[in-house]
Amino acid sequence: MSRLLRPASRLVSSSIARPAARNAFQSFPRVPAIVQSRGYAKESGVKEYTVRDALNEALAEELELNPKVFILGEEVAQYNGAYKVTKGLLDRFGDKRVIDTPITESGFCGLAVGAALAGLHPVCEFMTFNFAMQAIDQIVNSAAKTHYMSGGIQPCNITFRGPNGFASGVAAQHSQDYSAWYGSIPGLKVVTPWSAEDAKGLLKAAIRDPNPVCVLENELLYGQSFPMSEAAQKDDFVIPFGKAKIERAGKDLTIVTLSRCVGQSLVAAEALKKKYGVEVEVINLRSIKPLDVEAIVKSVKKTHRLLAVESGFPAFGVGAELLALTMEYAFDYLDAPAQRITGAEVPTPYALKLEQMSFPDETLIENYAKKMLRL
Amino acid sequence: MRIPVARLARGSRHSTFLPGHPIYRALQPQRWASSLSQKPGSAGVRFPGAVDSKFTNAMQFELPATYPAIPTYRALSPDGDIIDSSFTPPPDSLALSMYENMLSISIMDIIMFDAQRQGRLSFYMTSQGEEGTCVGSASALTKEDVIFCQYREAGVFAQRGYTFDDFMSQLFANKKDAGKGRNMPVHYGSSALNIHTISSPLATQIPQAAGAAYALKMQRLTDPNTPLRIVACYFGEGAASEGDFHAALNIAATRSCPVVFICRNNGYAISTPTLEQYRGDGIASRGTGYGIDTIRVDGNDILAVREVTKKAREMALQDGGRPVLIEAMSYRISHHSTSDDSFAYRAKVEVEDWKRRDNPITRLRKYLEKKDLWSDEKEAEARGRLRKECLKAFAQAEKEKKPPLRTMFEDVYEEMTPEIKAQMKQLKEVIDRYPDEYDVSEFEGGKDTLSS
Repeated sequence: MSRLLRPASRLVSSSIARPAARNAFQSFPRVPAIVQSRGYAKESGVKEYTVRDALNEALAEELELNPKVFILGEEVAQYNGAYKVTKGLLDRFGDKRVIDTPITESGFCGLAVGAALAGLHPVCEFMTFNFAMQAIDQIVNSAAKTHYMSGGIQPCNITFRGPNGFASGVAAQHSQDYSAWYGSIPGLKVVTPWSAEDAKGLLKAAIRDPNPVCVLENELLYGQSFPMSEAAQKDDFVIPFGKAKIERAGKDLTIVTLSRCVGQSLVAAEALKKKYGVEVEVINLRSIKPLDVEAIVKSVKKTHRLLAVESGFPAFGVGAELLALTMEYAFDYLDAPAQRITGAEVPTPYALKLEQMSFPDETLIENYAKKMLRL
Repeated sequence: MRIPVARLARGSRHSTFLPGHPIYRALQPQRWASSLSQKPGSAGVRFPGAVDSKFTNAMQFELPATYPAIPTYRALSPDGDIIDSSFTPPPDSLALSMYENMLSISIMDIIMFDAQRQGRLSFYMTSQGEEGTCVGSASALTKEDVIFCQYREAGVFAQRGYTFDDFMSQLFANKKDAGKGRNMPVHYGSSALNIHTISSPLATQIPQAAGAAYALKMQRLTDPNTPLRIVACYFGEGAASEGDFHAALNIAATRSCPVVFICRNNGYAISTPTLEQYRGDGIASRGTGYGIDTIRVDGNDILAVREVTKKAREMALQDGGRPVLIEAMSYRISHHSTSDDSFAYRAKVEVEDWKRRDNPITRLRKYLEKKDLWSDEKEAEARGRLRKECLKAFAQAEKEKKPPLRTMFEDVYEEMTPEIKAQMKQLKEVIDRYPDEYDVSEFEGGKDTLSS
């Protein structure tokens, strides 16, 4: 089969401003302009992207733009990534920039951190963040702190990425949300994309950011499609860290949420509007470190009620942090105690129904909001 | 080590841990007199880190590429003939039962792989091509030996007496599942068979095995009447890339733990071929580096695997215990798991070739046929019978009740916390109040199991 007909060739269709100089690592010929067409376009230029494609495009663009960027991880090259996020990148950028590693998280993560300390911009993929536990010392003690400990002489421009949180039917050791873990480390930045635009903009920003950044993706969102604006399709599209996005404006209740729970909260908000005519504001945090406290306070001033929705374990979690911040900065504006919805305090069960009940869903969010609003 | 022992001695009621106690002394590794200084004019090195090295004037780097590869031991030729006439084959009855165990695993693999494809269970892992390594090694262990598996060792379970019913109960997470339905399929475990429950994170079992072996050693020292036991630890060559593997070998060697590490080198770690996994001479070469007695064996030769494991077990128990490493070479004919399509990274013809050319089941079959212990008729009969047994267990397990409702609340902690007890009570009250809303009949014991 022709190289051009392979699905990977779709990736190169982005309108990239090619750097004048040839990349040092580039050893593969560029794909000609013949493949510059993309799927269906809507009138406004908005196109449907899956989160997977958005991430893939972000990686491809950053690999193209900056010769210092490379990606490594288990099965990222030959196998196109365990979740196909790196599909086609090996074909396009060659095996010096898309690197398969032995099964040794602490080893390849350490190698990536070392490369970052030496000035490269590695993207370190974990098959899932559950497996990053083997390498957490490299992330927390080395990547996050070396810049500080070295007196600022050692940069650590590294991006850790991979699916985070629970997937389906993979039981306790494969179903954990690490947002709160990494979110608590000074020196790390942590982003949690929800939509395709989030995924692309945040991943690109993460790769460009001079600090170590954890991009906590969600496996269950990879295949989900979202509209991508014309601006976001460009190769210069980045989303600034520390800026939350109001996904839905409202005046009666503020839901602050992240990752997959954003979509669920939006569905719940829509249902509440339909059934009770209340307007719920849904804030997509996008990045949890830095955290956009201002957006939360501003919203609470308007709605006077706050509900945090996340899928981590309840104790010492993102929800706990959001509630504490609300209490510290917006207490006087609250008409009711701020509340949180989290995952259940249990090692994630394997049984399908128990697994479903271990994490927030649309109905639960709706019912909780209903209670808060006394509907 | 020193400081914690002193602390232990203060805190512990058992004087066993006091320095001076014979057991304490037995547990301490022998220490070299590292303060000995270099004698002028001596030919050998007296550095504490290398006590046996000779000085040389020739600067010569060690070049592993020039070393001959560690040989692979085998007893049975691909045609099923015993190569060395001095080799004592196992009794015929044992050879036949090992053959049937390999056969039953391969039949179960086919049935369950298809069942997963039909959506009847969420996940499955087959062990085609590695039945010999698992069944053969397990046949050389005693019932009391403790086993840590990775996840592709159904043959070990079968050889130790794990039945189709046991397999199916775990796979379908019914009330008879020892894991109470909390694990993904193929995460078997059995306290009756002394096999620790399989844990998903890779390679974590290897240092744990060293620790368990240390515990067995201590137990034997405190009570010499306990049977001599070893720990057998299985893992793939991919897992041997994890840091845990290296830590495990080093600590097992320095603490002289009676553990046999059994590496299933099957050529692939999901999609990563061994050539990208390591550059040395397999996993075996690492054993010698840690000062561990090591052997490489043909994993497709079940008799050789058995023999090697038997000997390794003996060695592991000598002189108060020490680790042994076995590297069993085979080829992973199956996909990594039902989540994998291996033809994306290897040619189908390569797999077919291995399947046809050499596989542990056909090799033992040839041996048995030559001894007139097996025939086409017996093969057909056995396959039919095992298939039927497997399907029967399958059908039964699917129909079996689910684990009791109470198990939802148990085992997060050793004892239920007051919060968990309160939740359980609350659930009971809800079910009592709305009996028509909750059908609890599919759970073993219904709602009664929720009473505290």
